[in-house]
Amino acid sequence: MPDLQYTSDEMMTIAAARMVHNGAALFVGIGLPSAAANLALRTHAPDTILIYESGTIGSKPAVLPLSIGDGELADTADAVVSVPEMFAYWLQGGRIDLGFLGAAQIDKYANINTTVIGGTYQKPKVRLPGAGGAPEIAASCKEVLITLRQNKRAFVERLDFVTSVGHGSGPSSRDELRLPGKGPTAVITDLGILTPDPETKELTLTSVHPGVTPETVAAETGWPLKIAPQLQTTAPPTEHELAVLRDLQERTAKAHAGQA
Amino acid sequence: MARILQLRDAVHDLVHDGDIVALEGFTHLIPFAAGHEIIRQSRRDLTVIRMTPDVIYDQLIGAGCVSKLIFSWGGNPGVGSLHRLRDAVENNWPVPLAIEEHAHAGMAAAYAAGASGLPFGLLRGYLGSDLPKYNERIKFIECPFTGERLAAVPAHRPDVGIIHAQKADRKGNVLIRGLVGVQKETVLASKRSIVTVEEIVDSLEAPPNAVVLPYWVVSAVCEVQGGAFPSYAAGYYSRNNAFYKQWDNIARDRETFKAWVQRHVMETRDFDDYKRSLEQAATHA
Repeated sequence: MPDLQYTSDEMMTIAAARMVHNGAALFVGIGLPSAAANLALRTHAPDTILIYESGTIGSKPAVLPLSIGDGELADTADAVVSVPEMFAYWLQGGRIDLGFLGAAQIDKYANINTTVIGGTYQKPKVRLPGAGGAPEIAASCKEVLITLRQNKRAFVERLDFVTSVGHGSGPSSRDELRLPGKGPTAVITDLGILTPDPETKELTLTSVHPGVTPETVAAETGWPLKIAPQLQTTAPPTEHELAVLRDLQERTAKAHAGQA
Repeated sequence: MARILQLRDAVHDLVHDGDIVALEGFTHLIPFAAGHEIIRQSRRDLTVIRMTPDVIYDQLIGAGCVSKLIFSWGGNPGVGSLHRLRDAVENNWPVPLAIEEHAHAGMAAAYAAGASGLPFGLLRGYLGSDLPKYNERIKFIECPFTGERLAAVPAHRPDVGIIHAQKADRKGNVLIRGLVGVQKETVLASKRSIVTVEEIVDSLEAPPNAVVLPYWVVSAVCEVQGGAFPSYAAGYYSRNNAFYKQWDNIARDRETFKAWVQRHVMETRDFDDYKRSLEQAATHA
């Protein structure tokens, strides 16, 4: 079989999708996490229950939503609930297996920032949208996956603002804060996969995507990156995964352009 | 007790300078027409509340109606930043804008507390986040039974709650369906309320478990067909994603924004006239 051509973003989305276990109740953030979750639903995890904070439970959208509350998400859902109910009964109630988040900045304990970058809180260099549902998704889902592109601006020694807690300042933080879920279990980037060390909870490079060296990943990381002794190489995208992802993105682009 | 009014009259009678106003909608059913009427009537010094301030809040802020924003996620969904919001926070343009920032779970709890007549909303939230360091209205209390540390946020009690819905009947009972967001809580938490609807009908034909706001908890019902455009109304029209994308360019520059608001909002009579002016602009572009 000839080598498949694919982009690093495609590899990231496919690697992130593979992390979803079939049947999980999955709280989905918009953007990269939503693409990965929908790919999982269409490949190895057809029984995944997609939950969006707009109130939809069991969405099966035909195209990727542009916003967290596109009509498609409600029209294809098993149930639609109010926003207070979503956050109270479903998220804080402990019903969600897996939270899937993006981030603008992340630190070595997988804490994330989606609030401000640079300057001060009052006069930031970049004002981001803010917390949305993320702090409580990160707190209350049984497990959390994070996906974002890896570079030194995003992977920083110290966050400009802690919006949502991953592993705080180390192994005992989540217990001290009495956070119900076990926190981030993997960070999937366009270069590889980082997982928290079982003892220290520090993010460790455990897999590099094909063609990426650990040195490249370290160079794009703003702290001295720990590399697992048994570093894996991520399996490249399969023909099927790529075809499904591309088809989904193509149909999405068409659908969103069609309403001028 | 609901009065069936023209939107112009409802905003004139019920929204005052200095009020706390919540125009809610979670992507779906966003009350754009009502927001425009507030701009048209040049309301000032409003404190506005919204979980997800998006394009209509960008317009209200850029038009100088707002002095404080209480929110949990501010952006143009799927597109990027709200340029008018940023310009107001970063450069005090056109007027200084104070912000009070929460997370969604806290905002939802604050609306539910307001609707319940309770002083604060309670949640397992904000633990370890920096948000409480910058928002002194997020506090922590101890559960009297288990000792667990929980977050408390003051109840939202807007002077005016404004939402858009699919239907009302002639008495003013309102039916909302699809993504219902925090709209019911917003109306019940507010001292006064305005509901714009796609149509006023003889009978709602609402199934028993539908989200219905009875006429006696709503102050004014106004028929504004398409009043949630460019957001959507399930069963009537879909989201105009192209407009959200175009907004990025309109809002990026102060002069472009000012010209847009002047031409399409200030110089139009109502929402129908606004939509005609957008169509004209598109034809001549």
